[in-house]
Amino acid sequence: MGRYVIRRLLQMIPVFIGATLLIFLMVNVMGDPIAGLCGERQCDPATAAQLKREFGLDKPVWQQYLTYMGNVFTGDFGTAFTGQKVTELMSTAFPVTIRLTVVAIVFEVVIGITLGVLTGLKRGRPIDTTVLLLTLVVISVPTFVTGLLLQLLLGVEWGWIKPSVSPEATFSELIVPGLVLASVSLAYVTRLTRTSIAENRRSDYVRTAVAKGLPRHRVIIRHLLRNSLIPVVTFIGTDIGALMGGAIVTERIFNIHGVGYQLYQGIVRQNTQTVVGFVTVLVLVFLIANLLVDLLYAVLDPRIRYA
Amino acid sequence: MRGATHAKWAACAAAVALAATACGGGGSSDSGGGDGSSVLSASWGDPQNPLEPANTNEVQGGKVLDMVFRGLKRYDPKTGKAEDMLADKIDTTDSQNFTVTIKSGWKFSNGEAVTAKSFVDAWNYGASLKNNQKNAYFFGYIEGYDKVHPDSGSQSATTLTGLKVTGTDTFTIKLTQKFSTFPDTLGYAAYSPLPSTFFSDHAAWLKKPVGNGPYTISSYTKGSQMKLVKWDGYTGEDKAENGGVTLKVYTDNNTAYTDLMAGNLDLVDDIPASQLKNVKSDLGSRYINTPAGIIQTLAFPYYDKNWNKSGSEKVRTGLSMAINRDQITNTIFQKTRTPATDWTSPVLGTEGGFQDGLCGDACKYNPTEAKKLVQEGGGIPGGQVKITYNADTGSHKEWVDAVCNSINNALGNDKACVGNPVGTFADFRNQIGQHKMTGPFRAGWQMDYPLIQNFLQPLYYTNASSNDGQWSNKDFDKLVDRANAETDTSKAIKLFQQAEGVVRDNMAAIPLWYQNGSAGYSDRLSNVALNPFSVPVYNEIKVS
Repeated sequence: MGRYVIRRLLQMIPVFIGATLLIFLMVNVMGDPIAGLCGERQCDPATAAQLKREFGLDKPVWQQYLTYMGNVFTGDFGTAFTGQKVTELMSTAFPVTIRLTVVAIVFEVVIGITLGVLTGLKRGRPIDTTVLLLTLVVISVPTFVTGLLLQLLLGVEWGWIKPSVSPEATFSELIVPGLVLASVSLAYVTRLTRTSIAENRRSDYVRTAVAKGLPRHRVIIRHLLRNSLIPVVTFIGTDIGALMGGAIVTERIFNIHGVGYQLYQGIVRQNTQTVVGFVTVLVLVFLIANLLVDLLYAVLDPRIRYA
Repeated sequence: MRGATHAKWAACAAAVALAATACGGGGSSDSGGGDGSSVLSASWGDPQNPLEPANTNEVQGGKVLDMVFRGLKRYDPKTGKAEDMLADKIDTTDSQNFTVTIKSGWKFSNGEAVTAKSFVDAWNYGASLKNNQKNAYFFGYIEGYDKVHPDSGSQSATTLTGLKVTGTDTFTIKLTQKFSTFPDTLGYAAYSPLPSTFFSDHAAWLKKPVGNGPYTISSYTKGSQMKLVKWDGYTGEDKAENGGVTLKVYTDNNTAYTDLMAGNLDLVDDIPASQLKNVKSDLGSRYINTPAGIIQTLAFPYYDKNWNKSGSEKVRTGLSMAINRDQITNTIFQKTRTPATDWTSPVLGTEGGFQDGLCGDACKYNPTEAKKLVQEGGGIPGGQVKITYNADTGSHKEWVDAVCNSINNALGNDKACVGNPVGTFADFRNQIGQHKMTGPFRAGWQMDYPLIQNFLQPLYYTNASSNDGQWSNKDFDKLVDRANAETDTSKAIKLFQQAEGVVRDNMAAIPLWYQNGSAGYSDRLSNVALNPFSVPVYNEIKVS
C-alpha cells in the first residue's frame, strides 16, 4: 500500500510537467500578451520592449518555461499585469471556489445518492419514472440557463436571495450557485447510484445478508450501498476538479470572485502568468483527487488490494 | 480494521501532495459592515493596471482617479470645457513656454500640501521609461522627453529638462514645439499631482492610493471592491454630495444589471446590449443615454498598395455611402450610437470644433452613387472587402455583419464584403501592429481630453501613435502644425477643421457612428449624469 502511494505520487511528476508545458504553449499561441496589456492604444515601442524584458517575454519559449517552472517550485507563480502576485490572487480565489465546490459536492452526495437509492430500490414505480424524467431535464438544460433562470426568479422576482454574491462569499450565499453548479452532476450521480443499486440488489451477498435476518436499513447501507458506491465515488472524485475549473460560467452569472473569475479575466487580458498558474494548481487538484478516489476503493471494497 | 489503514494512507497522500504546491490560504476580504445611509454602490470592473495616474488608460481605473485626484484643470462634466481647478493661472506668450501658478491651500488627504513639486515629481515619474507608465507619451511634448524615454536603448536622464520648479507654487514648462491648446490637455488624469509617499513607500501607496480629490479610499480589496468615502477636508468647490461610493467589481454587466433590478446595486454605468430593448420599460427616466467622446471608424491599411493608389479614395467613399448607418444604429444599437457625420464627436460642441454634416453626402446612404464610385475607383481591391475585427469583446460581430450586408446590398454583389473575425483582442492588436491588414479594420477612438486636436493628430498625423493604418498626407500635417502653433484658440480650431477637411476629401477613414454612454440607477439616487468620458459624475450624485 505504501509503495503504491509512492509510485502514484511519482507518476504525477511527468503528468504534471506535460500538462503545464501544454498550457504554457497554448497560452503563448494566443498572441502577444503585451499587446493585450496595453489595450486599445498601442504602447510606445520603448515601453513595450521594457515590459517584455521585465516579464521575460523576450526570451525563447522553452527558456521562459524553464524559468517559470523553476520559480513555481520555489512557490513563486509570477506577477499578474495588475502588479499583484499570482499567489496573492490564488489565496483570495481558491478559498471561495473551494467553498463553492464543497457546497456543490454536498448537494451531489446528499441529494444525488438519496434519490439514487430511492429510485434504485423502487425501480419501475412512479417515483422512479418521475425522478428519471427530472434528471433528464436537468442534464439537457445548460448550466447558464438554470443559473440565469434561478437568479431571475429567486433574486429579482421573489427576492429570496441576492442575485450576486458579495466578495466575502459565505456558505449561505453560495447555496443557490452551488446547487446550479452541482445540478448536472447531481443528475448523473442519481442515475449512476440507481443503476448500481438496482444491479447489486440481486447479488448473492445481499441475499445472504437478508437471509441472515439483518434489519433492512443495515442491509441497504452496510452491504448494498457500500458496494454500489464505487462507480459513484469515481465520478464524484473526478468531478471535484471539473467543478473547480468548470465554475467559470456559474461564477460569472453570480459574480463570484473565485478561480473561474480569475481564469476568465486572465484569458481575456492575455495574462499568461495568471492562466498558467491557476491551471497548474487545478492540474494538481485533479491528480490528487484521482489518487484519493483510487485509494478510497479499498476502503469501500476490502477485496481490492494495492501492490 | 483494514478500512481504517487505507483511509489513513489516503489522507497522508493528500497532505504530501498539497504541501508540495504550498498554495496559501485565508481570504483577505474587508467586511466593513453595513452601508451608510448616504453611500451609494456602483458597478466597476477590475482595473487592468496598477492605479497610478500615468499608468491608467482605461475607464475603470479612470473612475477611481476621477474621484481621488484633482489636477490643474478639470473638464466640466456637462460642457467638457477645461476649467481651472488647482491652476491659478497658466501663462504663455509664445505657446511653447508656460508658467504655471497653482492655488495655495490645497492638500492631499494625508495632510501634505500640494505644491509645484508635487506636479513636477509626478510628471517626471510618468515620463520615465523605467517606470513602465502607459501614458508616458502624454509628456512627449515636454522638452527632454527623448532623453528620459528614448524610442530604443536606455534612458540617459531621469527628469525632464523642460520642467522647472521656480517657487513653492510655481513651475515652468518648456515644450519642444508650439502647442497652443496644451493647457487644455492638463485635465487628463495622467497630469495629476502625487504626494511624496507615492515615491517613498510605493507599495503601500498602491494598496491604498492617496490623492487630493473629494473622496478618500477607506478600503480596497483588489479584484473585488473599493470603498470610497467623502473627504471632509477637501479644499475644492466640487465637494461630494453623498457620503461615499462603494465600487463593486462585476465580471459580467448582465449580473450588475440584474443586481440593479433587485435593488442590490444603485448605479450601473454599462447597460448590457441584450437589455437595451427592455431598459426603458425597466427603468423609465432612470436610464440615461448621452453622447460620449467616442467615435467608431473603419480604418484602412495604407501600407497596402491596393488601398493606396490613385482612385482608391473613390472606392473608400463609395464604401462609406454603401453603409446604412441609420438602420444599423437603430436596430442593432437601439439608438445608443448616432450616425457619424464628421471625424470628431458632438461632445466637443460646435465651439470646440465639432461640425455636424462635414462628411456630407459621403456619409449618407446612397446605393446607386456608391456602386458608381466603387466602379470609377477601379473596383474593390481583390474583389472583396474583408472587415477585420476582434470577436472576443463587445458586439462587434453583429455590426460588422450588418455593415457587410449593407455593402453587399448596395453593390448588388453577395460576396463584396465579409467579416474577418480575429479570436482575441491581443491578437487583433498584434496583427495591426505588424501591418498584416489587407482590408479595412475596426478602429475606435475614445478621446483623452475634449479637444479637436485629440481626434485628429494621434490618428491621422504621419507616424502618430495611433495612426494604425499609416495614413500620411503632407497637407494634413502642415495644417495640424500650423494649428498647434496658433496662439488664438478659435483660429487654431479653424485650422484643425481645415485639416479635418483633408481627411474627408481623402476619406482616410470611414466614420461610422458616435458612441453614447449609458447608465441606469436606482430610485434612491438623483442628479446622476455621465461626463463626456462616459464616466458617472459621482461627486454630484445625491442619495435620498
